[in-house]
Amino acid sequence: MTAVAAGPQAPAPDPGTVRGRVALTHRLAERGVDRVLLLAVPGVLALVALFCYPFLYGLQLSFQPAHGGVLGAYRAFFADPFARKSIWQTFALAIPASLINVGASVPISYRMRREFRGKRLLLAVLVVPITLGTVLTAEGIGEFYGPAGWFNRTLHLLGLSSSPVKLTMNYTGVLLSLVISGFPFAYLLIHSYLSGIHPSMEKAAATLGADWWQRFRYVTLPLLAPGLMTTFCLTFVMTFAVFPSALMVGDPDGSTHVISIEAYEAALQRFDYAQGCADAMIMTALMLAVIVAVTALRSRLYTGTTGGKG
Amino acid sequence: MSGQALRHDDQGRDQLGRNELGQPRMRLAMRPGAWLTWGVLAFFFINLLGVITTVVLNSVGRQWFSTWLPTGWTGSWYSEAWSEFNLGQVLIATLEITLAVVAVSLVIATPASYALARRSFPGKKALSILIALPILVPPIAYGIPLATVLYKFHLAGSLTGVILANLVPSIPFVVFTMTPFIEQIDPKIEQAARVCGAGTMTVLTRVLAPLLVPGLLAAGILVLVRTFGMFELTFLTSGPTSQTLIVALFSAVNSAGIRTSQSIDAMAVLYTATMAVLLVIALRFVNPTQLIARTSD
Repeated sequence: MTAVAAGPQAPAPDPGTVRGRVALTHRLAERGVDRVLLLAVPGVLALVALFCYPFLYGLQLSFQPAHGGVLGAYRAFFADPFARKSIWQTFALAIPASLINVGASVPISYRMRREFRGKRLLLAVLVVPITLGTVLTAEGIGEFYGPAGWFNRTLHLLGLSSSPVKLTMNYTGVLLSLVISGFPFAYLLIHSYLSGIHPSMEKAAATLGADWWQRFRYVTLPLLAPGLMTTFCLTFVMTFAVFPSALMVGDPDGSTHVISIEAYEAALQRFDYAQGCADAMIMTALMLAVIVAVTALRSRLYTGTTGGKG
Repeated sequence: MSGQALRHDDQGRDQLGRNELGQPRMRLAMRPGAWLTWGVLAFFFINLLGVITTVVLNSVGRQWFSTWLPTGWTGSWYSEAWSEFNLGQVLIATLEITLAVVAVSLVIATPASYALARRSFPGKKALSILIALPILVPPIAYGIPLATVLYKFHLAGSLTGVILANLVPSIPFVVFTMTPFIEQIDPKIEQAARVCGAGTMTVLTRVLAPLLVPGLLAAGILVLVRTFGMFELTFLTSGPTSQTLIVALFSAVNSAGIRTSQSIDAMAVLYTATMAVLLVIALRFVNPTQLIARTSD
């Protein structure tokens, strides 16, 4: 009996494991894990090698400064009033610039949410400053808003000012460059969010007797709010990292000594990589803190359907 | 239809109904707001035009100190800029870098976006965050550690180093541009091809590739435009022979001293002109909003 039973049982483990393997791959496939995922491997590997590894390397390097112990580089940053002040100066530029860009985009794009002749041309022209790049924008700002530039000449001609207004090589110059390159960015994003809200929603509100302000305040704005938050985040990231224009039309040793300049000077002018990496980590942490705060706020907002595009 | 229904309503709704249809009554009521909107936009465009025109005029002017227009015109700043800044070599380096970044990021990121578009798997959210991070973190913040690592491997300053650095934001960008393109291709098309006996290669080359060409073009051009304009990463990782045009422009401005602003502006105009050509090409294939974010349509 036992021998007979053992006979057919002998090969049994084999199909058993095969069935087990099949079952495993099958179970995985049911959850979406199959060979198609291998396609993502090169991209993920590249990002790990070129983004995660350098970032972690920089993080551990920032804990190994030449002197001052493990936290020496961070202590050095916060002990130096000039370096510490760069945080405040970065926020003093980034927050007003983002608020201006997003704040001006909302009414303008709301006004222009419908199709009209020349809209595509308008959108195309708005792309121009984004593609100009910060360097050319800064160069142009230096000449246009400079003491002998057209802007001051026009003011003089209109009798608005007797002596040239100093608009460049200071805080205003950087703010101008951030608005010129950032406003179109914010406008195009908000425009695309607005066009994703189905017009029938507003029509329904209008049917119920809402005037334009009520329609904006209670229908469009709540639907737009998550998009506004995202736009604010992206604009903030751009303005927070302001670098070339802070050097070129700002006052890099004074009122526009932003944190990116501090990090750049530490790493590539003083060749103190540990300090430079520490500054970069502080910069990332500050920026992520703002993004997490805005995202947390965003998650409390309505995130359902916006009716899609009509 | 709804407009008709509204017109039969009471007086107030009649107005609103017409408003929604964009009838003249609304324009009258909105006039101050509309004026303000157009005024702000016009002011913005005038300033933008002024900024660009000043640079262009300065690059063709003989001298420009305290007058409305330069005194005398000349094209010599261009030839001067060309030889002074070694622009031929800079342009070749720029071309090599941008084309390499476009090719490599398309090859690496398109399969990844296929996987992301077609499968939902555990950890997909974490993977999406990993891919979004290089777009969210400012280039300067990860550029400095990246430059440090590239110096360690003796890649900083070389074309390879600049290409590697520029891949970091380009790969996520291609993924975010391509994923919606792939999502809109019905998987049933692939399944139908397989039922008809097509192998993986045939499905790829005969079914998927032709459908993906518009997406690949859009993503490629967007990456091209962004790499061409990417200042921070190239600036941090490039050496004398691997500068792109925008970095060469910045170095020229920052070490100005003896250089005339006109020849710098001539270089800036060359940059803008190149960018304008790329832009015109790009706008033939993509929606303006795609230049800055993933498509939301």
